[in-house]
Amino acid sequence: MADHDHDHGSELSETQLRVRALETILTEKGYIDPAALDAIVETYETKVGPRNGALVVAKAWTDPAFRQALLKDATAAVGTLGYVSPVGDHLVAVENTPQRHNMIVCTLCSCYPWEMLGLPPVWYKSAPYRSRAVKDPRGVLDDFGVKLAKETEIRVWDSTAETRFLVLPMRPAGTEEWSEERLADLVTRDSMIGTGLALTPAGIAK
Amino acid sequence: MNGVHDMGGMDGFGKVEAEENEPPFHETWEGRVLAMQRAMGYAGAWHIDDSRYAQETLPARTYLAVSYYQRWELAMEKNLLLRGYVTEAELKAGHALGPTKPLPRKLSVETVQAGMTRNSFFRQQQGPARFKPGDRVRTRNINPLTHTRLPRYARDKVGTVELIHGCHAYPDSVATDRGDDPQWLYTVVFDGREIWGPDTDPTLTISIDAFEPYLEPA
Repeated sequence: MADHDHDHGSELSETQLRVRALETILTEKGYIDPAALDAIVETYETKVGPRNGALVVAKAWTDPAFRQALLKDATAAVGTLGYVSPVGDHLVAVENTPQRHNMIVCTLCSCYPWEMLGLPPVWYKSAPYRSRAVKDPRGVLDDFGVKLAKETEIRVWDSTAETRFLVLPMRPAGTEEWSEERLADLVTRDSMIGTGLALTPAGIAK
Repeated sequence: MNGVHDMGGMDGFGKVEAEENEPPFHETWEGRVLAMQRAMGYAGAWHIDDSRYAQETLPARTYLAVSYYQRWELAMEKNLLLRGYVTEAELKAGHALGPTKPLPRKLSVETVQAGMTRNSFFRQQQGPARFKPGDRVRTRNINPLTHTRLPRYARDKVGTVELIHGCHAYPDSVATDRGDDPQWLYTVVFDGREIWGPDTDPTLTISIDAFEPYLEPA
């Protein structure tokens, strides 16, 4: 792993103690309620994940009016779907086409569409990705085992403000009769960041 | 500031290595750090830009050496001390020793969902937008010692305005405790060759979201 943080035994216990002390202080001073912290952790562990984004993408694949609305104003469009929790302002959806592939990065920190995709993976927040995505996106795609045609235009979106970007990947061939539920299973987290493509029917069978 | 956090275009960090079936947290304390940050943000203790700036001003060597959530924790300690919510003695003792500084509100189990929904950064416009989609602009060559969201690789470059996102709180101002100072925000797109030179893959375009003060007409 690029950020070596999980295998330093002594360093970890020091951090653990430090975090515990901080929580004690903030609780004693009345700034935080540990039960609210428990609820936040539980939500991130069990409720918020890329399924939200996958359902949005599947809807866009099957409903042209929704696709158009999503590309025009993603926050508003997602807000119309009762089964996806509403997102804050400033969500922008960008569409992959045979001519153009989009990739999202935050070179300055770790901006990421959490509400759509859940917590960002370690690699997204790591120096290798943040440094290279804007300069050598094809090399990064190579690290993910993704090869695009040489003539495909690559657009990298650096999330330098509060705007959050969601990639609308291309719908795989051979899925014409599929339901939204089933289509959503093809939509991976990485395909919505742009470091992957949606799974194919053959790919998901594996 | 031109810190190590501004990583776009740097070489030497190696391959991107993804972890199969990565868990939301690798250690229990990581979740506590994230949740404390959310709770203090909800309480109104500081802004998201203050958190970023506190991370950027960690010693460069520390920034690169520690893990993501360790960085958050260190930045949180900095903001707590800087803004008078805790004292050094308290951090050392691991307990509250003195008075509490009042905060506008407190995150409870009932308000957790509100605490996890992103704030809006839209602000009342102070005047008309200076640029419109299609305009050619040059990013300013600025090197402030304080927080900015104009990455080094995109300074003094000519690009095209593609989107207008409305008027937003201006991080450069917020992070230096000078208030929102609302500014128009644009997506500006650059040809990869404008950024990285003539040998660059001609199919590459890169965009940043740029606040109006970062831009001048090209």
